[in-house]
Amino acid sequence: MSRFTAPVARSLMIASAVIALAACSKKAPEELPPAPVETPRPADTATAPASPAGPVKGSQQDFLASVAADKIYFDTDKYDIDTQDQDVLRSQAQWLAANPTVRVTVEGHADERGTRDYNLALGERRANAAKNYLASLGVDSARITTISYGKERPAALGSDEAAWAQNRRAVTVTVQ
Amino acid sequence: MIRLASFVTLLALAIAAPAAAQLSVDVTDDSGSNSLKVAVPALPTGQSVSTPAGTTDELGVRIAQVIADDLRNSGLFAPTGPEGTRTLSMAEVTAPNYASWGGYEALVQGFVRSAGGEGDITVGCYLYDIALKSELTRQGYVVAPRDWRRAAHKCADAIYARLSGESPFFDSRIAYIAESGPKERRVKRLAIMDSDGANHRFITNGQAIALTPRFSPDYGSLVYVSYVQDRVRIFVYDIGTGKQRLVTESTNPTFAPRWSPDGRSILFSMAIAGNTDIYRVPATGGMPVRLTTSPGIDVGGSYSPDGTRIVFESDRSGSQQVYVMNADGSNQQRISHGGGRYATPEWSPRGDLIAFTKIAGDFNIAVMTPDGNNERILTRGWQDEAPTWSPNGRVLQFFRTSQGSSGVSQVWQVDLTGVNERRIPTPLSGSDPAWGPLLP
Repeated sequence: MSRFTAPVARSLMIASAVIALAACSKKAPEELPPAPVETPRPADTATAPASPAGPVKGSQQDFLASVAADKIYFDTDKYDIDTQDQDVLRSQAQWLAANPTVRVTVEGHADERGTRDYNLALGERRANAAKNYLASLGVDSARITTISYGKERPAALGSDEAAWAQNRRAVTVTVQ
Repeated sequence: MIRLASFVTLLALAIAAPAAAQLSVDVTDDSGSNSLKVAVPALPTGQSVSTPAGTTDELGVRIAQVIADDLRNSGLFAPTGPEGTRTLSMAEVTAPNYASWGGYEALVQGFVRSAGGEGDITVGCYLYDIALKSELTRQGYVVAPRDWRRAAHKCADAIYARLSGESPFFDSRIAYIAESGPKERRVKRLAIMDSDGANHRFITNGQAIALTPRFSPDYGSLVYVSYVQDRVRIFVYDIGTGKQRLVTESTNPTFAPRWSPDGRSILFSMAIAGNTDIYRVPATGGMPVRLTTSPGIDVGGSYSPDGTRIVFESDRSGSQQVYVMNADGSNQQRISHGGGRYATPEWSPRGDLIAFTKIAGDFNIAVMTPDGNNERILTRGWQDEAPTWSPNGRVLQFFRTSQGSSGVSQVWQVDLTGVNERRIPTPLSGSDPAWGPLLP
């Protein structure tokens, strides 16, 4: 890489940088199909209950089988809770109301196209956005902890917009 | 421990350095074609004796190899040796046979001596200008046998400094994160190594994610982020004792730790209710002082070499940009205006430049002056991230990540011309390199 000779290479590099910049000046993610298409349905994740009666009440299996989804998704660099996210979090809040002794951790994540420290901060921001919305629905915020994994634990492994959209997420996990 | 040999321990010699030597190398030349031809024959030893690191004969070959590798890897030299050069006599070391080195511009000679056993070895290092038939510099080092590589790096540093006019940098160390395992469950271990990848040592076992290490300026400890107990917190690891402690007690996540140049303070970032700001805390512990207050993500931070200012990144404008503030947090000014996003700023130890990650489509390593002008992009990878400066402010290491489901990161190095780029060999994959100062 970068075995260019000056000064021709310098001007080429600058030119390509400008082109790349122009191509990225629009918020690409907003043009893409919504990520929740990939959201696991409850049937996908509620695996093999221990007994015919279904998952143990208050368990992680029970949580996954009961809520609309355990995770919400975000646009690039964003952390706002849209209407789709609100529906998901409302289902989680309802389950938490029915299981008042269960505590949860909200894990915030970012896609790989961010620098490490910034992504840690961004994941924390997303986890807190989900936590605050749950609290606004009446869940005691003392029951909710947050942790950011930044870009350290991707769910989808590709390096394309479809994968990144799945990785910009906040996941609610019961503390067992 | 390393110390300069007294001149008495070197062979008795006139202390005559030529007033005007013509040989030099130019660290700003990016043509890549002016590499200086230098011969580095094996260092002879009067009588080969055994040391814990091998015989002095063996050490003479290995030291010449490290010197040649350092010089080659700087991109400024085209060394030959020790293989492919003839055997030297001890007498020749201080009285070079210039006529026998035709085709070379410079000659590095030296010697290895030991009284045997566990005792220190003495390594002599001499640089000659072939055309002028004159000595350019000489040094001697007294080191424990196990530290023979340091003597070699010191010799390469003396040659680099004499011929480039720049400060030395080879005799220094790197802290970084060794990576292994699949992308979705990557194992990330704190590790340290010499600037050329030698003397590698793992510090953590990989059970908890480790991130963003930095050597303390005296190399006594490392500051880094650990996910131990499923929390994001900063620890200071004492290299001598192997013990570690928290930098600050908080229920909030703390990350992005950085030392002050005097090693007495640590900058860090802390997220409270999702809002991240930069704080400073005494390295020995105490009450953190908040330096930024803007809504949004203020993160990272790197002191100017004199400790009076801090460069950091913030998305307060709506995207990641680079700002400079006084060390007490006052007078925060945005300096990046070139378009795209700017992240991970690091102030050069020389003070003249700030290196950063430029995000405009791809992620590239770039530099600019502290006023935000004179931006230059140095690398062209898909994702090149988080530059760290060599002690002399002339070379940068960073990590380069590949696309796709493997997503492997490796540690790379580039000089300020952008021409001399190479991967640093590590036992596993690697990320988050942090270059320490010149070893004391």
